[in-house]
Amino acid sequence: MTESFRIGFLPLVDAALPILAHELGLAAREDVAIELVRDMTWATVRDRLLYGHTDAAHIIAPLAIATALGRDRPPVAMAVPFVLGLNGNAVTFSIALARAVGLGETLGDPAAIGAALREVAAARKTAGKRLRFGVVHRYSSHNYMLRYWLAGVGIHPDADVEIVVTSPPFAADALAAGEVDGICVGEPWNSIAVDRGVGQIALATAQIWRRGVEKVLALRETLVHERRDAVEALIRALHAAAAHFVTPEAAEESADILARPEYLDAPRDAVLRAITDRIRVVPGGEPIHYPDFMFQYREAANFPWRSQAAWLYSQMIRWDNNVFSEADAATASSVFRPDIYRAALAGTGAPLPGASSKLEGGLDQPIGAGSVQGRLVLGNDRFFDGRAFDPDDIPAYLAGLE
Amino acid sequence: MRIAIIDTSAGRAAVISDGLREAGLDDLVLIDPAGALVAQIEAAKPEVILINLENPSRDLLEDFFAMSRALARPIAMFVDQSDAEATGAAIDAGVSAYVVDGLSKQRIKPVIDLAIRRFQAFSTLQRELDEAKNALAERTTIDRAKAILMKRRQIDEPAAYALLRGQAMRTNRRIGEIAEAIVTSEALLGDME
Repeated sequence: MTESFRIGFLPLVDAALPILAHELGLAAREDVAIELVRDMTWATVRDRLLYGHTDAAHIIAPLAIATALGRDRPPVAMAVPFVLGLNGNAVTFSIALARAVGLGETLGDPAAIGAALREVAAARKTAGKRLRFGVVHRYSSHNYMLRYWLAGVGIHPDADVEIVVTSPPFAADALAAGEVDGICVGEPWNSIAVDRGVGQIALATAQIWRRGVEKVLALRETLVHERRDAVEALIRALHAAAAHFVTPEAAEESADILARPEYLDAPRDAVLRAITDRIRVVPGGEPIHYPDFMFQYREAANFPWRSQAAWLYSQMIRWDNNVFSEADAATASSVFRPDIYRAALAGTGAPLPGASSKLEGGLDQPIGAGSVQGRLVLGNDRFFDGRAFDPDDIPAYLAGLE
Repeated sequence: MRIAIIDTSAGRAAVISDGLREAGLDDLVLIDPAGALVAQIEAAKPEVILINLENPSRDLLEDFFAMSRALARPIAMFVDQSDAEATGAAIDAGVSAYVVDGLSKQRIKPVIDLAIRRFQAFSTLQRELDEAKNALAERTTIDRAKAILMKRRQIDEPAAYALLRGQAMRTNRRIGEIAEAIVTSEALLGDME
């Protein structure tokens, strides 16, 4: 019997896997039917998921964790058995800010750009008009990546600049309207800002953390209990979609599908550039190739490492000014469910990591890692400042960041 | 209990506030969706905020709720997770809400239930209005098609209508579709003779 899943999503390139699994018949091959539900804000995606209007969601990982922890609402147990991708976001400055900071025509060095931005931010603060950046949600990787970078170059994200929320479909508009001086958002919204001539890309978030966890597939934990076999079939379908998505021959067709009005409703060329890791940095410029701008499949990218959830938790308490709680850290980490991922893909040939947690940001070059199935190689996963995150000692990590 | 209503549809906001007033809840603030939302909410200091589920400002508002003291500890409306039926109905109806923590469930539930009914009623109203509009448009098209047939074939109105109806029955289509085709072809070919 075919099992059906209603899956919520926002119009973003990294909603590709459930969309392609549906469109290319990869879900049907696993006896799964996918119905996609498009929204414009993360709050709506989350509400539909929590109250059973959808069965699963393409969602920002920190929001799934915040929901499980009951931040600003009663807690609901969540399960993330599959990561929909790493990175794929960028920081885009208004043309005026790009000029003030002296951005070049290519992606520059995060530390150097940060140093220049620090001067501008200080001048604006003195003038009583702090620089304002838009991120897509309070509980988003965008918020944490941007803050990590700002703090790392000596700009306090709350005191020296201002950070506000602009949902992805409205981020380029906010930049165009002058409501913000910069945005941190997923594709195609940076590229749309550049193509409209209102923004210049300063950094890819992959430059801040080479292997940063991004969107995830989230479900209510109770649903996973009730429909475990179907959830595993869905994971296999998404994994097959990921394998297909990253082949160079698939790019054109993927862009055709994603650009359609019912999905991203966005210019095809901007979508294609993101998929093929080619970024147009300045309006009218030639796209430049930045490898692994989006990272959807290799190195078991879809495996939900508990250490990724732990890093997000560390940033949540860092910026919400909460104290570290062993119990909350455990709840946050256990939202990510490598056990379900392994069970779903056992016997398929997909590399399955033996461990569920790892040191994040500890690798400079590709290295073989322990696996219970297949051959696993993990690549450079550095943070821009060279720090590594040990999920077993979050307080020490946070103390080191102060 | 002060209730703020934020809705991208001014018509629906009016329908909801009417319903709340009828139920004796008359401490209402209608937030202008085109104005500065945050400033309006800060000024109103509501205990309950009703908002359409798909409101484009929701991510921004949640950030504001988390940061500000305008609402003392706001939480999402679904205070009681066990009340799955009501919450499901709310999402289906397209309504969401933020409630100040500590308000008793007995006081909130009638507000939420009323909002759900009014949202549903508004959808029905909207649908009926759309249907009425479509019917009206179809009526106009049929009249124009009849006029074209009467002129071209030199026949009277009942005969023109009979022609339309006969063609619709033979081809298993609605009269409106046949009329639409006639009006379109007249627009494209009418001046060729």
